[in-house]
Amino acid sequence: MNKDTIIRLERIVKNFPVGTGYFTALNNITLKFEKGEFAGLVGPSGSGKTTLLNIIGSLDTPTEGKASIMDKSLIGLSHKESAQLRSKHIGFIFQTYNLLPVYTVYENVEFTLLLQKVPLSERRKAVMEALEWVGLTDKVNSKPSMLSGGESQRVAIARSMVKKPEVVLADEPTANLDSVNSHHILQTMKKLNEELKVTFIFATHDEKVMQYLSRIISLADGKIVGDTINPNHGSNAQ
Amino acid sequence: MIAFKLAYRNLIGAGLRTWLNVTVLSFAYVVIIFHQGLIDGWHRQGLLDLKAWEVGGGHLWHPAYNRYDPITFQDSHRNIDDKLIKKFNEGQIAPVLVVQASAYPDGRLISVILKGIAPRQEIVSIPTRYLADNNAVNAVIGTRMAKLMKVKEGDNILIRWRDKNGVFDATEVHIIKIFKCDVPSVDNGQIWLSLENLQKMTGLVNEATYFILSESYNEGKTDEWKFIPPSYLTRELDEIIRSKRGGGMIMQGILLIIALLAIFDTQVLSIFRRQREIGTYIALGMTRPQVIGIFTVEGAAHSVFAALAGAVYGIPLFIYLAKYGISFGFGDMGLTLADTLYPYYSLELIFWTVLIVVLAATIVSYLPARRIAKMKPTEALKGKLQ
Repeated sequence: MNKDTIIRLERIVKNFPVGTGYFTALNNITLKFEKGEFAGLVGPSGSGKTTLLNIIGSLDTPTEGKASIMDKSLIGLSHKESAQLRSKHIGFIFQTYNLLPVYTVYENVEFTLLLQKVPLSERRKAVMEALEWVGLTDKVNSKPSMLSGGESQRVAIARSMVKKPEVVLADEPTANLDSVNSHHILQTMKKLNEELKVTFIFATHDEKVMQYLSRIISLADGKIVGDTINPNHGSNAQ
Repeated sequence: MIAFKLAYRNLIGAGLRTWLNVTVLSFAYVVIIFHQGLIDGWHRQGLLDLKAWEVGGGHLWHPAYNRYDPITFQDSHRNIDDKLIKKFNEGQIAPVLVVQASAYPDGRLISVILKGIAPRQEIVSIPTRYLADNNAVNAVIGTRMAKLMKVKEGDNILIRWRDKNGVFDATEVHIIKIFKCDVPSVDNGQIWLSLENLQKMTGLVNEATYFILSESYNEGKTDEWKFIPPSYLTRELDEIIRSKRGGGMIMQGILLIIALLAIFDTQVLSIFRRQREIGTYIALGMTRPQVIGIFTVEGAAHSVFAALAGAVYGIPLFIYLAKYGISFGFGDMGLTLADTLYPYYSLELIFWTVLIVVLAATIVSYLPARRIAKMKPTEALKGKLQ
């Protein structure tokens, strides 16, 4: 096994019960992701992108197959073990930002560190560093309701990156953003990927995102229909 | 800590909904404490009044004496021995002779109890000093009795009784003093005479039916007299208070349930509307019990806010009522009940009320939050109904 392989999926099948039968969302998916990849799962709605992302993020379990992250099997984990894994090693970025509305920008970013019981001084330093990465140090006391979509997503990026995870899973991160903000967000994530060697995996069907991806895994009807390296990633980006 | 901080922020953020719940629950706090305080105040006042007017430090009864059965009065008297006379002279006991009689105010017949008591006793508050003149048959009566007989101070009324031989005798007694007291059992149907006069009238010289003991008397029962502890003599009041407290608890329970239902409803709505937030907590690394904890603390925090809100308007109200009392205008009900009641708010009452309300609010907050444990985070993140 390649020691830089961070995620390993083998013959993953995911069925969802529908009426008396079931719907196969993922059908025999085998994939590996190396450390520091900036990869994307692309395909139309219903192709299984988000389902696969959820399995990698330990938010869901496959019906069949093996999945592991950093050599730790995701199969048979207890809720607590899954939570610990997500808390320490996996960052999430959502289409709808999912910021906690009652918290300020600072507190939203700080939240995951509080879960890990990081001491106050370290926490403060890490939060400010994360907000610097995304250029939001002037918004520390703002509530999410006072932010634009682009700013909200940058806060979400800072929140996912503040704990310096091994993997960041981004589900349609630009779907609610305009073109300018999308590129800004993607440039930020690309920069973090290169500087911190964090593995980014996107689920997207946004052409703008695909321009930045170094690897594009195409899904259709729950199957991999393409897995290509994008030699020009970032070059055509705005 | 996160749970408390989030709960606080979410409650403040929820605005009017939070304040409506807090207001209703604070009202429950205030009503519960007010009502229990009123009952406790009544109990305290009642016990003090009973001790001051009737019970003292307990009684020594003739073994045949039953204060609820006038038939027993005829045979329940005995000679006061030297030892008891010594105690009386030391101010430790006050002898009382009890005789059944009839009074004829304005030609009407009223059954009464004549009680002869030593005029110089200082154990109970009955103004017996007015009875010191044994040359006249003076009597003191309570306001209830005066009202019943339609007499005022200075009036004379005819009374008739049977002496020790069973022979009827009658005389006019002079109402020298009408006293006001909140203990009906020393007032209703009672005419207080000097002990010496009543002993002479009945031929029961140097005899008594019972003794009222001072607080310092501690010799317990004697061979000839049965010791009746204060707890026995106040048990009627205790039982009335217990029944009032029970009845009040039903009302308080209903009020509390209404307030808790509002919290329950808010919790159900909250969990229904905030599924995406719940999914986010789980995605960020919280365990389900931690998320349940956030929602439980949030619901339970209503009760803490309500306690603070209740304190804002409740404490001044309680202080005012404890100082000036509250009059319901029905002092004369045959109960040991003052015209003006002074509620008594003990720390124990406040502590238990707050504890019970906080616990109840925590339970009703936890019940709907348990549903989070069954939620699929992937569905919750989409905000889908589960």
